[in-house]
Amino acid sequence: MMEFLDMGGYAAFVWPAYAITFAVIAANIIWARRLLRQAQASARRRLAARGEQP
Amino acid sequence: MNFTWFHRLGSPPYVYALAERLTPWFAWSAALLILAGLYGGLVLAPPDYQQGDGFRIIYVHAPSAWMSLMVYTSMALAAAVGLIWRIKVAHAAAAACAPVGASFTVAALVTGSLWGQPMWGTYWQWDPRLTSELVLLFLYLGYMGLRAGIEDTQRADRASAVLAVVGIINVPVIHYSVTWWNSLHQAPTVMRLAKSAMPPSMLVPLLMMLLGFTLFFGAVLLVRLRAEILTRERTSQWIREALGA
Repeated sequence: MMEFLDMGGYAAFVWPAYAITFAVIAANIIWARRLLRQAQASARRRLAARGEQP
Repeated sequence: MNFTWFHRLGSPPYVYALAERLTPWFAWSAALLILAGLYGGLVLAPPDYQQGDGFRIIYVHAPSAWMSLMVYTSMALAAAVGLIWRIKVAHAAAAACAPVGASFTVAALVTGSLWGQPMWGTYWQWDPRLTSELVLLFLYLGYMGLRAGIEDTQRADRASAVLAVVGIINVPVIHYSVTWWNSLHQAPTVMRLAKSAMPPSMLVPLLMMLLGFTLFFGAVLLVRLRAEILTRERTSQWIREALGA
């Protein structure tokens, strides 16, 4: 296990590279979902506002 | 030839519903492929005979770099379709691509620099491949800045689409930069016409990562596209049904 984590002496380069890539993946999931939730909420508000007007 | 499928893809309600249905398929197949590729790349693949375990950075660097180019190409194609046929959904798709592409361009640059330090002895060089990839990041940022700077959506769509289409010239420059000029960066090992330079135990995990990242882009794009469509279709009746409001 320690040997695996050491990455043949390249641990200081390999693991940060994996960390940044998966941080980008996670950020993309979070951004996209938040964007959709916000768009849905504002569309609902617009529809509700229109519904109230005769 | 029947083009009804093309016309349906220009219809916001149809695309919204289709995107909603397709997202989980893209997301779950991407997750499975990326997990399998990670296991193959970090555990099963043997160390490189020159670079030892340092070469394993390829399993995140190459897919990120592939994303940076593939997403840009998709963005430029969608922008061109939007410009030529004046299809709103195409412009929405192009706009949805940019932040995804920009983020993976950053990942490609950072992972590349983390790979460059141990192998070339430097984090950064003004090398043709590295410089053209940095230009790609500025193209994405310029595209997003241009959109953010124009209030009217239709004008923002057209102006940013022209930028995206003109900027596509940088994509072949990046790809061929390692062949056209003397570059520190290694020549292509996978994306080439001749037989791959890698044994299957190294290549298969890489192909899984490339396909997994591509499907991940599909999933993120579909979610972002729905958000873009909702924001553009201000008051349409179909939104009421789509949201169950």
